[in-house]
Amino acid sequence: MSAPLLQTVALEARYGDAQALFGIDLSMEAGETVAIIGANGAGKSTFLKALTGLVAVAADSVRIDGRASGGLAPGDIVRQGVAMVPEGRRLFPSLSVEENLLMGGYARRPGPWNLRRLYAMFPILAEKRRQPGTALSGGQQQMVAIGRALMSNPRLLLCDEISLGLAPIVIKEIYDALPAITAEGMSVVVVEQDVMVAQRVSQRLYCFQEGRVSLQGASDGFTREQISAAYFGV
Amino acid sequence: MNAIVIRGSGAARASGWLAAGLVVAAATLPWWGEPAWMREFVEIACYFIFAMMWNLLAGYGGMVSVGQQAFLGLGGYVMLSLGNFLGVNPFLAIPLAALVAALAALPVSRLAFRLQGGYFAIGTWVIAEVFRLSIANVPAVGGGSGTSLTALRGMSRGMRENTTYWVALACVVVALALVYAFLRSKQGLALQAIRDSEVAAESQGVDVARLKLAVYVVAAFGCGMAGALYFVSAIRISPDAAFSVNWTAFAIFIVMIGGIGRLEGPIIGALVFWALNKFFADYGTWYQLGLGVLAVLMTLYFREGLGGFLHRRLGVELLPTRRILQSAGTPAATPPAPTLTLKETLR
Amino acid sequence: MDILIQGLLLGGLYCLFSLGLSLMFGVMRLTNIAQGDFIIAAGFAAVSLAPLFDGQLLLTGLALLPLAFAAGYLVQRSLLNRTLGKDPLPSLVVTFGLSIVIQNLLQELYSANPRALEVGALSTDNLALGGTVVGTLPLLILLAALLATAGLQLLFARTAIGRAFRAVSDDREVAELMGLRASRVYATATALAFALIALAGVFQAMRTTVAPSDGPMLLLFAFEAVIIGGMGSFWGTFVGAMALGLSQQAGFSLDPGWGVWFGHLVFLAVLLLRPNGLFPKTRG
Repeated sequence: MSAPLLQTVALEARYGDAQALFGIDLSMEAGETVAIIGANGAGKSTFLKALTGLVAVAADSVRIDGRASGGLAPGDIVRQGVAMVPEGRRLFPSLSVEENLLMGGYARRPGPWNLRRLYAMFPILAEKRRQPGTALSGGQQQMVAIGRALMSNPRLLLCDEISLGLAPIVIKEIYDALPAITAEGMSVVVVEQDVMVAQRVSQRLYCFQEGRVSLQGASDGFTREQISAAYFGV
Repeated sequence: MNAIVIRGSGAARASGWLAAGLVVAAATLPWWGEPAWMREFVEIACYFIFAMMWNLLAGYGGMVSVGQQAFLGLGGYVMLSLGNFLGVNPFLAIPLAALVAALAALPVSRLAFRLQGGYFAIGTWVIAEVFRLSIANVPAVGGGSGTSLTALRGMSRGMRENTTYWVALACVVVALALVYAFLRSKQGLALQAIRDSEVAAESQGVDVARLKLAVYVVAAFGCGMAGALYFVSAIRISPDAAFSVNWTAFAIFIVMIGGIGRLEGPIIGALVFWALNKFFADYGTWYQLGLGVLAVLMTLYFREGLGGFLHRRLGVELLPTRRILQSAGTPAATPPAPTLTLKETLR
Repeated sequence: MDILIQGLLLGGLYCLFSLGLSLMFGVMRLTNIAQGDFIIAAGFAAVSLAPLFDGQLLLTGLALLPLAFAAGYLVQRSLLNRTLGKDPLPSLVVTFGLSIVIQNLLQELYSANPRALEVGALSTDNLALGGTVVGTLPLLILLAALLATAGLQLLFARTAIGRAFRAVSDDREVAELMGLRASRVYATATALAFALIALAGVFQAMRTTVAPSDGPMLLLFAFEAVIIGGMGSFWGTFVGAMALGLSQQAGFSLDPGWGVWFGHLVFLAVLLLRPNGLFPKTRG
């Protein structure tokens, strides 16, 4: 049996002075879409930061394809095929839309994603390609951020709260693009505060509560009450 | 749960008595010491006061200035003008000159504060250069080649040197007391809050802009005092000597060696500087080069300075300016966390 | 009219002084207090290298550029990268310390006397330009400044490394998420800045003299040019250098001792009235 695409083993992480993660065990196979839900401060973003090398963790607590990857530099992580859509978009203000996308391709990994394909998926971006990235609306910026991550041709896409601050109709538009992304076997981790959206787009979910996993399993296999209890730790 | 705020410690109180004793002993120097020692003390005192002000600005106020010599030189020239032209006793002119320097800091800040960070630093240097060039164009004070303090001509040399020495001692005490009192006050606490996190401090209602101006003005006062004192002792003043950037260079060295952001830093640094000066100043360029290298190495590898090192190793802080919150009645599950010092936030 | 021309020509040299400063600050928020001293050091290096090339200045300059590039890369990787961060103090103290080290080192190696590059006929060569006579060397320097500014502008706007510069300056963390290695990008920026510094140093040694303690003065000129022109734009720096050159020339024409002072006053005036400079670039 081959190693799972991503596996965390008793993952602990500190954010500044405080401990944010207290032993997270998570695993996912290639091709899955897994959601992570939880309240503010539950450790979801810290978890993604641990995966992408932005937060220091023990080397063996994060395994990609079975290889210890904890604490690697962010550049090495993206070269292994793990790309992140950061919380709050974080586009480069000094770069145009197209330049932002091109930056995503800095790591030069082979694969199907390129500018043309992204513009086909998000036509509005083609229209605004020369505008500064931050001159776009929130939803359009989110598209750029996702496109930028896809440009590195990852095997695993990490989406950190991509619905934050967006209107429901825009959220729907963005998540409607997800099947096109996963169609060729892309694995996705979706961090969401919106539980319904998370359940809808994923096959499995984990619920974080104060740095620990409080619930895990098939996304459609839980009742409202179960999720609520796990979410708030009641 | 009762909360106690600890402001001092046994070691601090002991050092307070020790300091008082030292000052009294030092005051008796004219009776048993050589005149050369007194001149040396006066010179080091000026460097020390100037360095303390640089430390206040950079280590506590977060403003790195490479142009404080503007106020030092201004203090010197104002003292000389008051003495030579208005017949004011130069020793009395020292606090007056310091006051003028502090007042000058107000309009200067309107310009300097338009810049931030590194550009603020160079901007202050430009302003110091403007002071230098402007005064070099004033014939009444000797223009580019400078002039002499004539107001002390009536005094005997011994009397002059003794009085200068005592005044220097007084200036050191005043400067220390001033800065210490400021840092332990509410303003000082707010200042350290800004240093740790400007955004957080502002959200707590701290008027950051006004506080930074207050620090800038206090520092200018101290620099002016140092300048006035220096040239009372040196008798001869010139724009190049008064506004030289070397003042800042030495201040940076003193503070980085002794430990930035600590009150005892400049004291330790000034002592080290005096010692190095005594033994190596004859080596001229190599000595200065060595100082530069040392400052670079300290900043890169030993940012806490000797003062911070002592604090860490011995757990002793001789001049505490932080307040530590300790709750009575609840056993400490984890060691109490004092407010972070600058060095810890830099790590 | 003569003041105008002389001022612009002087501005060309000041532009070369300031491009490196602007570049390093733009990419990594690092203020290089030793900028002027590195320029002087480059001038001295040219003086030492020139005999190897039989006084051929073009060859000397061409040989110096890659050396400077490598030196800049090393200085950033080994020393300056360690000073970067939210606190401006370490980079300021370290570059200030470097300034002192360089000045004293140069003094030990070359003594305090000013040196210059033998320029030969070029120092007196003139060109008749639309009614007035203009020195060939200053014109050459202005041309070099124009090319350097245009080159930098193009590099930043159109090339991959320029994109990397802008990205890492905007958001280092996210840039690293894309696979960029910030420490190497920073080093490349400094390497480029040092190449410009070398160019400036060679021209300074050609135009006048270089002495070990000249550095700080050049730094102040470079800084004033950047602030007058407005931060964030290389053409702004160019214009700022022109303005500074003009101001100094105007002051000089009134009284030989007032040149530099006039420049300072114009700088302060701009700081007071237009603190963002004449051509500020607003960030998104």
